[in-house]
Amino acid sequence: MDYHSPASFAEASALAANATGTTRFLAGGTDVLVQLRSDLVTPDTLIDIKKIEGVSNIEQNADGSWTLGVAVTGAEMSEHTTLGQDWPGVVEAMDLIGSTQVQGRATLTGNLCNGSPAADSVPAMVAAGVTLTVTGPDGARTVAVEDIPTGPGKTSLAKGEVVSAVHIPARGENGGDAYLRFIPRTEMDIAVVGVGVNLRLDGDTITEARVCLGAVAPTVLLVEDCAKAIIGSTLDDTALEALAEAASAACNPIDDKRGTIAFRTEVAGVLAKRAAKIAYARAKGEKA
Amino acid sequence: MALDDRKSGFTFVGTRPDRPDGLDKVTGRAKFGADMSAPGMLHGAILRSPHAHARIVRIDTSKAEAHKYVKAVVTRADFAEVPFKPGLEGEFWNVLENVMAGEKALYDGHAVAAIAATSALAARDAVKLIEVEYEVLPHVTDVDKAMAPDAPVIREGAADYSVPEGVHPNVVRYHESGHGDVEAGFAEADLVIEDSFVTEATHQGYIEPHACLGQLGADGKGELWCTTQGHWIAQKTCAALLGIETSQLRVTASEIGGGFGGKTTVFIEPVALALSRKANRPVKIVMSRSEVFRATGPTASASMDVKIGMKKDGTITAAEGIFRLQGGAFPGAPGDMTAMCAFAPYNLTNVRQVGYDVMANRPKQAAYRAPGAPMGAFAVESVIDELCKKLDLDPIDVRLKNAAHEGTKASYGPTYEQIGLVESLEAAKAHQHYSAPLKPGQGRGISCGFWFNHGGETSVSLALSEDGSAQVMVGTPDIGGSRASMALMAAEVLGIPYENIRVTIADTATLGYNDVSHGSRVTYASGLATIKAAKHAVEKLCERAAAKWGIPVDAVKWENGCAVPSGPNAGDFDPLPLAEITANMGSTGGPISGHFEATPEGAGVSFGIHIVDAEVDPETGKTSVSRYTVIQDAGKAIHPAYVEGQYQGGAAQGIGWALNEEYIYGDDGRLQNSIFLDYRIPVASDLPMIDTVIVEVPNPGHPYGVRGVGETGIVPPLAAIANAVSHAAGVRMRQLPMSPPRILAALKQDG
Amino acid sequence: MSKFHVTTQVNGDEVEFLCDPRETLLDCLRDKLNLTGAKEGCGTGDCGACSVTVDGRLVCSCLMLGVEAEGKQIETVEGIADGDVLHPLQKKMIEYAALQCGICTPGILVAAKSLLEKNPNPTEEETRYWLAGNLCRCTGYDKIIRAVMDTAADLREAS
Repeated sequence: MDYHSPASFAEASALAANATGTTRFLAGGTDVLVQLRSDLVTPDTLIDIKKIEGVSNIEQNADGSWTLGVAVTGAEMSEHTTLGQDWPGVVEAMDLIGSTQVQGRATLTGNLCNGSPAADSVPAMVAAGVTLTVTGPDGARTVAVEDIPTGPGKTSLAKGEVVSAVHIPARGENGGDAYLRFIPRTEMDIAVVGVGVNLRLDGDTITEARVCLGAVAPTVLLVEDCAKAIIGSTLDDTALEALAEAASAACNPIDDKRGTIAFRTEVAGVLAKRAAKIAYARAKGEKA
Repeated sequence: MALDDRKSGFTFVGTRPDRPDGLDKVTGRAKFGADMSAPGMLHGAILRSPHAHARIVRIDTSKAEAHKYVKAVVTRADFAEVPFKPGLEGEFWNVLENVMAGEKALYDGHAVAAIAATSALAARDAVKLIEVEYEVLPHVTDVDKAMAPDAPVIREGAADYSVPEGVHPNVVRYHESGHGDVEAGFAEADLVIEDSFVTEATHQGYIEPHACLGQLGADGKGELWCTTQGHWIAQKTCAALLGIETSQLRVTASEIGGGFGGKTTVFIEPVALALSRKANRPVKIVMSRSEVFRATGPTASASMDVKIGMKKDGTITAAEGIFRLQGGAFPGAPGDMTAMCAFAPYNLTNVRQVGYDVMANRPKQAAYRAPGAPMGAFAVESVIDELCKKLDLDPIDVRLKNAAHEGTKASYGPTYEQIGLVESLEAAKAHQHYSAPLKPGQGRGISCGFWFNHGGETSVSLALSEDGSAQVMVGTPDIGGSRASMALMAAEVLGIPYENIRVTIADTATLGYNDVSHGSRVTYASGLATIKAAKHAVEKLCERAAAKWGIPVDAVKWENGCAVPSGPNAGDFDPLPLAEITANMGSTGGPISGHFEATPEGAGVSFGIHIVDAEVDPETGKTSVSRYTVIQDAGKAIHPAYVEGQYQGGAAQGIGWALNEEYIYGDDGRLQNSIFLDYRIPVASDLPMIDTVIVEVPNPGHPYGVRGVGETGIVPPLAAIANAVSHAAGVRMRQLPMSPPRILAALKQDG
Repeated sequence: MSKFHVTTQVNGDEVEFLCDPRETLLDCLRDKLNLTGAKEGCGTGDCGACSVTVDGRLVCSCLMLGVEAEGKQIETVEGIADGDVLHPLQKKMIEYAALQCGICTPGILVAAKSLLEKNPNPTEEETRYWLAGNLCRCTGYDKIIRAVMDTAADLREAS
């Protein structure tokens, strides 16, 4: 295995473009090293992006939006007060991944590019409308998070392409987000179901909503019907039931060691309701 | 063992001093299995079968052997029989077959070949160069399916004499016991409940993977360092498997990072020695976590039918249980233990129990904390809870009404001596937890649990130093603070401070045979031997004092660390402290030491009662444990903090078993959850504080009244939690683990 | 295969080692620097027995490559005591009998020390969640949590 620690994304991209065999980018390494240790994936080329300037920065832009470096860890996100006030759902989703120790290393980008349908941060990012800068041999492009995963362990990134920045939109007025997942224990598990909800209110009425489900299909699902179920409502019981039904209806899960089809389908609805309530309360400015 | 001099007032015993190995263990200095290295050391790696059941057609090691970093490759052929130990029989053969596959790979993860190379990384790379051709065979992993007529046969002729005719060859042992007439008993009952239960295999889950460092020369002499619960059994087994003389292999036990029964046999140790013999260099092998799950002993899985009859007043009229246990591809599943323990807490007129030991294509089961008992208790205590519910009776009152006591003929045959079940049940009933109000959505469950406890072969030596300090050599690896308990008991006899005693786990060259640290036997048996060895030294100390004073030895007694005249008639001498005697021992007759060896038989059975409050999320089926109390008879707690620790640890493992832990096999017979991410043991945030009550009803078989405490604590939790879930959510869970999908499915079916 | 030369600081001492890029920081600490206090319980970041801090941040040393240690400051269990004076957490762990086998203890100590540096007054729940990545199979965590909480109380009183 060759190990490189380039000084720029252009250099990283060039290394990846010219590499043969399996290439992996190393950010927090909490998936790459597990795969390495278990002989699941031994990359021929490993490109450590942490020596690139700015990869650990968290910056709020003039328009209120956020730009995060790709090596920002979960712990650094959790410690950032203003980011957490703007996007508690995104921060909490990231914080749910692994232990305190894993939080010291794990990153949003790594969680996304590992390609797991159960990645906790991804539904929250999709709900929040997060976009990415992707640097490739032909320069940079902007991509929505939901366009990255294409199946378990697979992404739409082309050879030589590397995610170089994470952009979280401005929170704006009367908005709130939340992410909930189901695991059998209280910690240290992979999501059996995950739900991210992001919404905006006008008074008590929901005017915008994005609901995204994780671990219930080969990729995360941005479910239009879930949004429709609650837009225009005050998140009353009827809307919540419609939301749950839409969430369950969107599920296309598998039976595996972590959960059954029936369980995932049922619990997706349950969590959608619970997450929506939290997001709604947050949008109202209530502490939740 | 008759005990003439029962002691009841204590100076040291019952206190909570710092453990002797505490400093080493909080500074990272303590040497565990993987922490040892040797000059010229090679690293071993093992190739494992990816198939659940396959004939090994051919193994080609030539590419691996040609690898520049590889120094030795071994397969089963390297464990060939040697002249002076022709052939292996019984359990030795089973262990060999498990350590390195012969004609067939019998489970996913079964070792088929091994290499030694110059680095751990090189070994991992080179082991992949070994080519194995398999002929895949039909497999079976489920206990009931393994007994079905069409099940593939794991091994012909493995069954022993106990198995009735006409039973599938995968059933290898059969146990039946009991007394009275169960049919007549059921006829007397006001209510009879018959139900079936299933538990999945769980792993001991010690955090330290198996690790060893072995060296064996062409002269047949060897050294082995390993993490083990018993280095004499490792010595004996490795010597047998390698065809060397037992005494020529010296085994040293490392500090052990958890065992719970799983480190009572060998896995990698004979392989390291075989590689070393071939490479002429020391070889270290450390298992990965995945290897630990795939290839070391989980407990057995079980399928059980239980039938109990009860009168309206709570009297049990009859009890019957059939317990089928699957223990992997080898004989050994503790169906007999399950059967014998299941009804042991109760004073029954009519009882019958049957146990089956069934083979399947899974790793060879190993002991796990009260092996066999938790499953049976899950089934029996669940049925008793249902009877209590239907007859509207208090679950502790019913257990008190039927509780075994001194003189009760146990369900498994013998008559109980002094036991502490009634006292423990009364303590449970009086505990504020039992009467505390429950919050909405919570349910409370209780369960009894029983374990035999064990004595076992034991040898202890104690030597006094000139300065009056003492060193104690025991042969039972310290898995939970036992060195502190040994020092306390030695201090109690010698009358010198706890801090002046150093307890060492001796290697196999230093003491005679010691049975494994299992069966909750260490504080009982090594403790008894320590007391006797100390008394032996005291006899010699008294002899020296008698000689000095010129009085007969029977006119001298030992008191508070000094020789004193036994009475006014013996003479008027100042007390002679231990250190004054040892200071001159070289010139008064030579070194003073004490020794004791025996197989003590009075281990004394133990009972526990657990009270648990649980709540179930009705929308997701997730159970959380909100309060937990363990009440258990310790006989006499030598170091109460470590007794509490055993209770808490057993409860925590039981909670894991009840709620989330399980071996999950795919249709291909491969283990799907061989890492801690998916084999879900309880983490800190899953558990509440675990309260403990130490009941002390002395064991007549120990000078200080000690009963083993290590194992009983895992017996009640499975049923206690199932009962709590039943009261909280209204669903009776008959299958473990009570995972959220199972509970949610049950709630849906129910609602 | 070519090896990397790494210079790093461990418990205040500058150290150097050569490593294969596939070797983890844990491998390097144990096999090259002979610091065997950090343990490998899983190799997948699930058990925490290999916990160390890197530039003050709590991590699993099995989830970090040796090459990544270049220029970092690493603290391991071996560096917790101040010479022969034990850290209050170390004393409390012994006093509370918060270890049975002791294999998880190094990781628990490193993680708990990191908690108390960040949060001198943790609740029981915060302590349990902070330590959720440190598996202990012997104790049921009860005495560990009590030892950490009590150390925190003592340290607050002392400061």
